[in-house]
Amino acid sequence: MPKVTLSHFEASFLFALFTSIVLGVVTKRTDRERVRYAVYCFAWFVGAVFGLSWLMYLGHG
Amino acid sequence: MEDKTDNSPGRWAPAVLLAWIVPGAGHLLLKRPGRGGLIAASVVAMFLLGLMMRGALFSPMTGDLLTTVIYVGGFLGNVMSGILYFLTVWLGYSQPDMAGHVHDYGSKFLVAAGLLNVLGMVDAYEIAKGQKD
Repeated sequence: MPKVTLSHFEASFLFALFTSIVLGVVTKRTDRERVRYAVYCFAWFVGAVFGLSWLMYLGHG
Repeated sequence: MEDKTDNSPGRWAPAVLLAWIVPGAGHLLLKRPGRGGLIAASVVAMFLLGLMMRGALFSPMTGDLLTTVIYVGGFLGNVMSGILYFLTVWLGYSQPDMAGHVHDYGSKFLVAAGLLNVLGMVDAYEIAKGQKD
């Protein structure tokens, strides 16, 4: 089994990607709605990563 | 208005059970291959990434409340990946718990894969019952 070493950002990005895909698939009723919701979730995940990262950076002084 | 839902377990249990054992297969049984494929790809990718990051699989452990929630909850999350979990344990790919952020992410990916599969199982249940297209 090959070993993978991901940075915090890469791991968060991949988590956001796969979770958004499944959330889009299971929550909406048409393909168009699914794609839109998956993109919406992904954008919020990535936005939260950047927001919380800045918060932690500024909190450390 | 006609009620299209059917509550008999015989209608939804095979799809839900199959969705647990093989991620995405419940949707294939219900003739939704596209959605099943996306769920399968996401669950398998997350599980394999977790393994390749040398994430640890949880064993059920009880003690104080926090220990019980983390270890029993983590174990259930792992088991919900179905055949991926059983193959990993059977073939000896289960990793010991190690310190480090990559291993920690790996453990979370392994649990998250199971939780995504639970979402797929719920979706299969709703489709089989006729609550959803």
